[in-house]
Amino acid sequence: MSAATLPAPALPPALPKERKHLTYWLGAAAVAAALIVVLRLIGNEYGWYAGYFVLQYVVLAAAWNILGGYAGYVNFGAAGFMATGSYTAVVLNEAFGFDVLPGILGAAVVAGLLGLGTGYLTLRLRGVYFSIATLCLSVVLQTLVVNWDYVGGSRGAYIIRPRSVPPFLSYGEYIFVVMLVLAVIAVGIGRTVEMSRLGRGLQAIRDNERAAEAVGVPTLRLKLIATTLSGALMGVAGAPLPFYAGYINPEGAFNLAYAVNCIAMPLIGGAGTWLGPVIGAVLLATLQQAATVTISSALNLWIVGWMLVLFVALAPRGILGWFRRR
Amino acid sequence: MASSSALEISGIDAGYGAVRVLEDVTLTVPAGQTVVLLGTNGNGKTTLMRSIMGQVRPSAGTVRAVLDGQPTDLVGRSPEQVVELGIVLVPEGRRLFPRLSVEQNLRLGAYRPVARAKLAENLALCFEMFPRLAERRTQLVGSMSGGEQQMVALGRAVMSAPRILLVDEPSVGLAPILVSRTMEMIAEMKARLGLTVLMAEQNFHQAVRIADRGYVIAHGRMVFEGGSAAELQDNELVRKVYLGL
Repeated sequence: MSAATLPAPALPPALPKERKHLTYWLGAAAVAAALIVVLRLIGNEYGWYAGYFVLQYVVLAAAWNILGGYAGYVNFGAAGFMATGSYTAVVLNEAFGFDVLPGILGAAVVAGLLGLGTGYLTLRLRGVYFSIATLCLSVVLQTLVVNWDYVGGSRGAYIIRPRSVPPFLSYGEYIFVVMLVLAVIAVGIGRTVEMSRLGRGLQAIRDNERAAEAVGVPTLRLKLIATTLSGALMGVAGAPLPFYAGYINPEGAFNLAYAVNCIAMPLIGGAGTWLGPVIGAVLLATLQQAATVTISSALNLWIVGWMLVLFVALAPRGILGWFRRR
Repeated sequence: MASSSALEISGIDAGYGAVRVLEDVTLTVPAGQTVVLLGTNGNGKTTLMRSIMGQVRPSAGTVRAVLDGQPTDLVGRSPEQVVELGIVLVPEGRRLFPRLSVEQNLRLGAYRPVARAKLAENLALCFEMFPRLAERRTQLVGSMSGGEQQMVALGRAVMSAPRILLVDEPSVGLAPILVSRTMEMIAEMKARLGLTVLMAEQNFHQAVRIADRGYVIAHGRMVFEGGSAAELQDNELVRKVYLGL
């Protein structure tokens, strides 16, 4: 074949990958540091808690996006994975007196394994059937926890948290910073996935799974990696929750609002892009937090519902998709 | 460049669950030839292609590829392993990735390590064979015409560094002039890459133009084997079973 001697058409210059990654991490660190400084200047304890609430959703949305946004598999069981993380942290605290950081690691492992197992059992199902299976998973897990006395059953479990963790001024600030770091990592992982061969394979699966198989994309393996990664990150998002609130019960941990928000946020921001879930989470969670403070938290799902309707009608590809079109 | 890769399918049964689609199908694609598999809808052409690719597992019989004189059993291999061996399918209805660009579609053709090693070389070859694709490199494939999409599908196969090319009904959904053009593109690909080609097709007259030999499949069984294109063309059985004349 004479291909070697052909004049190659001008290809785009190879992406300077390392530098692009470095830009993200430096940029994210700068934004994170700025956030801490601003919240410190405001000096109100509530700021840390509201910030935590928003960041928790950034992690959840970024985690959901890995499977739902890139591979197109809609996971309705986010609450189940998140609660798995929360309760792993509770168990580790109860059994070994572990603090939030080892709790997060444990949550990542347990929720990741749960993701792997769920993927293995359910990924033969496509489309809406997969979604229903994940929804069932969440219900099954909730029933298990309700009947598990060690973690308090339906009464819930208390965690006695330290008053403060130096050098942080308050525990609220500490838990906020923990979640901030998790958010930067989760979004960074999502971004790395998007730019990697894994992400391209997942996008191929989303667009046409049969064709992906035919060109040699190892579809099952990639889907399992995605469910594991996505599950682990959702567990990570849930692990600090009992420390944040000092208390957790099944009704709160398995709240449907987590599952709904996890889907709504990436869709509104722009699913299948690393930045979309961040935008969606910041927008929706801030709105919900504002409604909680000014009116009532009962309005939260109502707001999400309206936003979803609005976006599906006006900007079906999310905020990012809307901007990219022009 | 002559091909040294052949395909030998012998006595396979295959189907989906309780439904048996193929019964005792035997077919040989000699090295460097273009073999056409003729049959109307629902006779098992696609199932045969999927059996070769490892997407359907035959319940009996053997599927063997001869690569560089080395016989390799394909039954029991996963699709990605079959692709890795250089056996590449252009699926029916093209099955592209509509929300990805032309170049992203092409690059996905080179997902396996063997093909990735030759990515730049094959991409250049693709753009040379299909200059239209170079012009439309950043366009989303879902917004292209049927003929252009067919080029992307063939280009994606080039990217997989094929040795044996399987083409499933390339004429589906194309205007007659484009069907004819597609046949020429397949013939050109075969000549340039030194391929062995198995093509399933309904469009008898177009397919026979580029075929060295052919088979007719009906109700999951091989009903005719033609040694040459001419033999297929003047055959009473083909006329009756297939063309319905």
